[in-house]
Amino acid sequence: MTPSPSPPAPAQPALGVRATARIRATRAGGATALPTLAGDGPFDLRRARPHGDQARVCILGAMSAPLGGDRLRIEATVDHGAHLHITTAAATIALRGPTDEHATYDVHLTAAEHASLQWLPQPLISAARSNLRQTCTIDLAPTARLLLREQVVLGRVGEPPGRLATRLTVHRDGRPLLDQHTMYGPGAPGWDGPAIAAGHRAIGQILIVDPALDQQPPHASLFGDDPAAGQAVLTPLAGPAVLITALASDTLHLHRLLNAARPLP
Amino acid sequence: MNRAALLVLADGRFPAGGHAHSGGAEEAVTAGRVRDVAGLEEFCRGRLHTSGLVAAGLAAAAAAGYEPLLLEEAADARTASPALRHTSRRLGRQLLRAARSAWPCAELEALAAARPRGAHQPVVLGLAARCAGLMPLDAAYAAAYESIGGPVTATVRLLRLDPFDATAVLARLAADLDHVAAAAAEAAQRIHADGPAALPAGSAPLLDIAAEQHATRAARLFAS
Repeated sequence: MTPSPSPPAPAQPALGVRATARIRATRAGGATALPTLAGDGPFDLRRARPHGDQARVCILGAMSAPLGGDRLRIEATVDHGAHLHITTAAATIALRGPTDEHATYDVHLTAAEHASLQWLPQPLISAARSNLRQTCTIDLAPTARLLLREQVVLGRVGEPPGRLATRLTVHRDGRPLLDQHTMYGPGAPGWDGPAIAAGHRAIGQILIVDPALDQQPPHASLFGDDPAAGQAVLTPLAGPAVLITALASDTLHLHRLLNAARPLP
Repeated sequence: MNRAALLVLADGRFPAGGHAHSGGAEEAVTAGRVRDVAGLEEFCRGRLHTSGLVAAGLAAAAAAGYEPLLLEEAADARTASPALRHTSRRLGRQLLRAARSAWPCAELEALAAARPRGAHQPVVLGLAARCAGLMPLDAAYAAAYESIGGPVTATVRLLRLDPFDATAVLARLAADLDHVAAAAAEAAQRIHADGPAALPAGSAPLLDIAAEQHATRAARLFAS
């Protein structure tokens, strides 16, 4: 008796969205042009009114994302001497979706010599039972400038957060400038304890990279009088950069702290 | 290999200056975030899996022979707080003195010459382990254990905790220590192929905020 051939392995169900949005900004005379502005999946890219020689792009959510199983990616490149500002129109909400599997959301930002890039999305909300791994990978030329502002909300009101891991990696002139991996929610040991979040539900960061900071390195400074409502610290990094880290009870207090430390342009 | 050297290196009596530091525990106690044994345990669990894991990864990579000055850069990128970078270099300088005497070795001399004001403590720890004939996993254990041993000892003094209770905290975290040391050593194996980005980069917002707060306090028992 010959063994019956084993049935072919079932095709992997195509659960989740695969999408990559691409943006490219180039210098065009006294302005910045956007030769590539390619939305995909949940990312609908809109040109906003330019601000002087700075092009502005707003990312609209065309569908609910990220859900478990999604593989999302945004790539933005700013060429020599160009200036680009990117925002999102609404908060990004990580939800559980059809599977327990994690979603990925990878942002890759590159700025060339004498270019500037502002990445200022609305908050990311980690809803209960969601599972998201987010990365933000940034490569800067020595004379490039960066302003990044990111906010994370742990759970919609009154619910625990899902699993959220975010890694922020910044290289300048090919050398590491900042590398941070934060993990919150189930499976992140001690995340809500006295070393990490301690009951705070809104966490924000502002990163400023500017070669001019080499001339005038700022001192570390603290913000927030009421630790229960929130606190923030401005820290000079080992390079021409400052990082503001804020922890607050909610987004309202987080906004106040971040704006006190560095108002938005 | 000489595993007994790990006992010497990880011994709290090794003259490397660690007793003057609380690893952020003093600020957590002062701010009222750590009030008892349970709070200490949660503090240590969070620290172990963030800055403890980072230190263990750097130490394992240095013990594996990766270029220490590249690890210095990786440590800077993983330490946003200037107060914590300063503390790490100060402790690194003291550890380097002790290690050069305990395990004389050309690699320690070269690091001392390249970084006269001090190298990051986990990098020195890993290099000392290498010069003592230890393995990367041993160095990871030493760094991970130190990331919670210091806060526990300090908190016993700060809150007058029962030392038996405090030691039980360390014992309860033993499985976490195993996990962190193994993850760090595994990452260090990938560093030759993937570069320092392979190393853990765990970050704890409150440890950064608290480190700068602590640095501004005039009356404090511990330097960090």
